[in-house]
Amino acid sequence: MRELRVTPIKNGTVIDHIPAGLALKVLKILGIGDAVASTVTVAMHVPSQAMGWKDIVKVEDRELGSREIDKIALIAPSATVNVIRNYNVAEKRRVTLPDRAVGILRCANPNCISNVKEPIESEFLVRSKSPLRVVCKYCDRELEDIVAHIL
Amino acid sequence: MSGFRGRDVLSIRDLSRADIDLVLRTAKKMVPIAVGEKRSRSLEGKILSTLFYEPSTRTRLSFESAMARLGGRALGFSGSEGTSVQKGESLADTVRMVEAYSDAIVLRHSHEGAARLAAEFTDKPVINAGDGAGQHPTQTLLDLYTIWDEKGTFEGQNVALVGDLKYGRTVHSLTYALAELGSHLIFVSPETLEMPREILEHVKERGLSFRVAHRLEDVIRDADVVYATRIQKERFPDPQEYEKVAGSYRIEVDMLRDAKRDLIIMHPLPRTTEIAPEVDRTKHAVYFKQAFNGVPVRMALLDLILGGGA
Repeated sequence: MRELRVTPIKNGTVIDHIPAGLALKVLKILGIGDAVASTVTVAMHVPSQAMGWKDIVKVEDRELGSREIDKIALIAPSATVNVIRNYNVAEKRRVTLPDRAVGILRCANPNCISNVKEPIESEFLVRSKSPLRVVCKYCDRELEDIVAHIL
Repeated sequence: MSGFRGRDVLSIRDLSRADIDLVLRTAKKMVPIAVGEKRSRSLEGKILSTLFYEPSTRTRLSFESAMARLGGRALGFSGSEGTSVQKGESLADTVRMVEAYSDAIVLRHSHEGAARLAAEFTDKPVINAGDGAGQHPTQTLLDLYTIWDEKGTFEGQNVALVGDLKYGRTVHSLTYALAELGSHLIFVSPETLEMPREILEHVKERGLSFRVAHRLEDVIRDADVVYATRIQKERFPDPQEYEKVAGSYRIEVDMLRDAKRDLIIMHPLPRTTEIAPEVDRTKHAVYFKQAFNGVPVRMALLDLILGGGA
């Protein structure tokens, strides 16, 4: 019998086809840190036919909201999100990069009005998808280090 | 009827070439009213709010003068002292309150993007009168008006932008506009204060050629327009270095000997040492006229937006 490195999960989400090396960033996006209620499995540098190498993240007992999926799209546009219910893939979703990133990035410009106590969400316009370039809707500045500014 | 009625003016880049052309032509018609030779009541009964979170003598007074010349009224504050802003009111709330008191809002704020935020919270037109290091479109319009009024055209004009091109917001906006309008740009600055790369790329994308220079003396002969800006002391860690650099971009009368006869020298003001006072007496100096042009240009914009019909 072939031994599985990562066992199947009963309920939860499998994020597959993450570019190799970015799994920990996906964990950051999902807010997975010290206080996690369920099991999280991370596989890094896994052989992949399509990508050469990839990372995989499995989160048990949790389904992702669309905003979380948008955030993943910012760093891993090639990723797929599989929703698992009772050991079966109930839904297969490919992440898509939105034209606007609303409420998921913080502007790096400390003097931007979006960083002040105002009743608005941050908003970035996606100027180019590959390479990813985003510009703050308010102050017009391009965000340099996108990953570091994920909310 | 123009497409200006009720419109926000947040950035010069929101205006098309035709929009700019309309503002300039309307401003020209406003000059006799701006100097008090003719009277107009075209904005009678209209109220403009001027929310100046940062003080600004020229911009606020010229907006208020523009409104008064057209028979309208302006109300507002300058500096947030004694206002509800000091009690911690958000800009969004202030704008929602002020919207009920006036027909249009002029906003000057210390944070970039403030005018765009304000526009999201009101249906009344918002005019950006400067947001931090961001945009100041009416300054750009009056700069454009001055060039157009003096030269008759933008195309083919050699416009030298001089001074702090890295941080200066007026030169950034002016560059975007002149790149649309077909002027030939010459960027003159110390190496540490050069025009940002993305703006140079934009000019290139528009298919225009430009020159980067570090010495004013090298370009003054070719220039039709010299636009001088202030080099700020705080940009330099070493005060001596500042003195040296700022001094080398100062326009003196004897430098103008080789200049074109119809060269115009512009400056957004206030100036410190960038232009020697003796230059004021030459026919090249247009900076005080440029400051006056703020009135007819703002009259034009207000009239187009509030629908008075010049």
